[in-house]
Amino acid sequence: MTEDYTTHEYDVVIIGAGGAGLRAAIEATRQGASVAVICKSMLGKAHTVMAEGGAAAALANKDPRDSWETHFRDTMKGGKYLGDWRMAEIHAKESPDRIRELEQWGAIFDRTPEGLTNQRNFGGHTYPRLAHIGDATGLELIRTLQERGIHTGMEVFMEYTVRHLFKSDGRVSGCFAYNRVDGSLHVFKAKATVLATGGITRCWAVCSGSWEYTGEGHALAYWAGAEMGDMEFVQFHPTGMIWPPSVRGILVTEGVRGEGGMLTNSEGKRFMFDYVPEMYRDEFADTEAEAMEWVDSIVADETPTARRPPELLTRDVVAKAINSEREAGRASEHGGAYLNISWRPEEQVKKKLPGMYHQFKELAAVDITKEPMEVGPTAHYVMGGVKVDPITQESTIPGLYAAGEAATGLHGANRLGGNSLSDLITFGKRAGQYAAEAAEGIDVFGDIDDDELNRVIAETLAPLSREGGENPAKVVEDLRDMMQEKVGIIRQGHQLKEALDELESYREREASTSPGGTRIYNPGWHQALEIGAMIDISQMCALAALAREESRGGHTRLDFPTPEHSHWGKINSVITMGTSGEMELNHVTYPPIPDHLKQLLDADDLHEEE
Amino acid sequence: MSEDVTFRVFRGEPDEEGVPNGEMVDYTVEMDEGMVVLDVIHRIQAEHAPDMSCRWNCKAGKCGSCSAEVNGKSRLMCMTRMEDILEETPENTPVVVKPMQAFPLTKDLVTDVQWAYDLNKTIPPLKGPEEMDWKFDQVEADRVQEFRSCIECMLCVNTCHVMREHQLFDEFAGPRFFVRLANLEMHPMDEDNRLEMIKDDFGLGYCNITRCCTEVCPAGINITDNAIIPLKERVVTEYYDPIAMIAKKVGLRK
Ligand SMILES: Cc1cc2nc3c(=O)[nH]c(=O)nc-3n(C[C@H](O)[C@H](O)[C@H](O)COP(=O)(O)OP(=O)(O)OC[C@H]3O[C@@H](n4cnc5c(N)ncnc54)[C@H](O)[C@@H]3O)c2cc1C
Ligand code: SF4
Ligand code: SF4
Ligand code: FES
Repeated sequence: MTEDYTTHEYDVVIIGAGGAGLRAAIEATRQGASVAVICKSMLGKAHTVMAEGGAAAALANKDPRDSWETHFRDTMKGGKYLGDWRMAEIHAKESPDRIRELEQWGAIFDRTPEGLTNQRNFGGHTYPRLAHIGDATGLELIRTLQERGIHTGMEVFMEYTVRHLFKSDGRVSGCFAYNRVDGSLHVFKAKATVLATGGITRCWAVCSGSWEYTGEGHALAYWAGAEMGDMEFVQFHPTGMIWPPSVRGILVTEGVRGEGGMLTNSEGKRFMFDYVPEMYRDEFADTEAEAMEWVDSIVADETPTARRPPELLTRDVVAKAINSEREAGRASEHGGAYLNISWRPEEQVKKKLPGMYHQFKELAAVDITKEPMEVGPTAHYVMGGVKVDPITQESTIPGLYAAGEAATGLHGANRLGGNSLSDLITFGKRAGQYAAEAAEGIDVFGDIDDDELNRVIAETLAPLSREGGENPAKVVEDLRDMMQEKVGIIRQGHQLKEALDELESYREREASTSPGGTRIYNPGWHQALEIGAMIDISQMCALAALAREESRGGHTRLDFPTPEHSHWGKINSVITMGTSGEMELNHVTYPPIPDHLKQLLDADDLHEEE
Repeated sequence: MSEDVTFRVFRGEPDEEGVPNGEMVDYTVEMDEGMVVLDVIHRIQAEHAPDMSCRWNCKAGKCGSCSAEVNGKSRLMCMTRMEDILEETPENTPVVVKPMQAFPLTKDLVTDVQWAYDLNKTIPPLKGPEEMDWKFDQVEADRVQEFRSCIECMLCVNTCHVMREHQLFDEFAGPRFFVRLANLEMHPMDEDNRLEMIKDDFGLGYCNITRCCTEVCPAGINITDNAIIPLKERVVTEYYDPIAMIAKKVGLRK
């Protein structure tokens, strides 16, 4: 069998055209590198386009008390101290410039009365910190980067899926991709490769992600031998739509709560007051009156003196609270909680949350200016991913860089809302810069092994010649249901073990799907090819979750319901592929936090004495 | 309350000359409460036709991927509720779903929109300030934020007769890009002037203000009144208004 394929050569190949990939491309071209951007969907449609609430940066436009130090502290605290403090420091210091730069390139964020970038409140952020445009911030971000990027000389290969990374002499030297539109096959040789492939949440039945979120990027890195960190930490966003069934999981921005949205149960009780964890007790209102005072200041555009409402606790806390209310039999009509913003004047809701107004009106026939929404947890974001050098974003495999949701480190056990968009532009830039610098020092492209290439091509085309097997959609549906049930928001040891066993049977099913059809724009074939990555990603998550015998951030164990600070509170999981192809799990620590940064953190939280 | 629904979907590919070659195929699936057209398409893929092509991403009207013609009307499949579709579809007739007709066919419900990406590149980008010291207020922001909410679904282009009937893709930038050009021209930080291109290269004159584009825009952008007409007025002032022409000659305007 010899199949035709086309070979391309670029200094830097960037896989992914979301915020991280495009920001990396802009930087790499600025350094003079030739750059290819490869993406599964069309340019401008990547997941980043869906982001709603905003991008976090300590611009201190709304509240002069804000500073990079506070942003650093909030990020570490929100991540339950499992984040890489070096990334948290860089992020807090550099994100304001990255936001200003977006404006310089044409982004129009909402304004303060003084004519500066407005900032909104979000969970876990001490001060209003999120630059935003209504509730369509991701669109603003991706469009701005897209429009900047197309004039830099980067070449975009859209509707291509990367299936494999090649290495020569231990260094990543390129990748293999197929064109989703015409089924043609491509080899991209690269001196440096950046993974900016986003997340994995499609592995769960109820999620806020699109079909792109099958975790192929994470799997590519793992297959190439890279270290994968913190894979047990998946963020379940507390507020996804839950009714009607077909919209289940679609996100309801945290911006609703930032604008004063209140969560109530079937008894009409504002239950979040009962769920304030010890470490946040000083910072949140303990009466409805105080919470209302805070909201009044926000509505009046004044700096609040009252403490914030408990609805703005971090996402892990709010998601678990909604879950507990349901378990206690106090769920809303369709099994979630009520979220109410209708007490604010209609025009204000429409101006601040136009997307939500539209989304509920069109998809659920609910007018959020008049009635409450119904919401429940949805798999939203993966904190885990490719382990990277905090400065250069290079993975543990030379020549392979990672940025954005595909990388790990910044968010620890739980990401703060708004910290992803700022992560993309901060570390996307760094990845592009250092990848281009590395490429400059390399004269010749690495060789691609013919046998390896032929094997990858054969695997890629195999589903098309299989007959009589299952529809890949069915396998994916079952896998997602299984993950939802056994590796979901609340986990238990025996269920995690069952999940790991069951995943093996999915490997057999994967190998025998038969989508039918041809190589021309065939979603069945594409889906058949994604299942392998989904299984490996699911296994990583279950494996790391089984080992972590405590509850922290996005990882909750019914059998170990509290955080355990002396051991688990200080170590991060790392997964690699063993020599014979089996998945290996280890635990490591980040270097100790230097004193000048430690002083910024809350001493009580650090549990030093233990 | 589940009931069956029948969709009549275009299946096919272009022939060698690029002419769509295919047929309308009927599929019947069960429907759940609250479904949108895209859900039904997904169910058809899962139960009957895994290889049926369609684009989608966000399923919430934010990415502009799932454009198609449902019962002859240009819309986003993910934001079109079955309840509304069934109301407009006569009883015992199938719901008809076709790809956008103004663009070349790729396969089934997928079309080739490369034109848009190529054209976008020819628009001179924002020329912003070098110094990071700008200020502008919400009133100025409001003027262009409407344009910035475009999700590039191309439904407006698909509907505009200049493109759809006359196929003037080379002479006319189409409503989507007039929105983009209006965004640049009215942008509080832009220092460039693209009016000559708008008049000559982008063929603004072909638009005869039928407002069909505005009607289909899922982002609710008032394309004709807020983007196209102001651009037309600016072109008139720039090129046909004697006072402005003199001002330009003596260097009072850019
Ligand atoms: C509904 C929603 C709202 C959100 N709101 C916010 C918010 O308000 N603030 C915030 O900070 N964060 C928010 N997030 C999170 C944030 O949007 C994402 O984490 C972020 O956009 C991820 O960006 P990225 O650049 O890493 O990847 P993405 O934008 O997901 O892009 C991934 C890219 O990789 C490509 N790709 C993937 N695999 C392959 C492959 N195998 N071959 C080729 N290409 C591939 C894809 O095609 C795509 O182009 C939200 C998320 C969702 C779902
Ligand atoms: S108003 Fe102009 S651009 Fe819009 S559809 Fe009519 S002719 Fe086309
Ligand atoms: S202007 Fe409206 S219809 Fe046209 S591409 Fe943009 S969002 Fe779609
Ligand atoms: S899928 Fe994104 S607009 Fe329909």
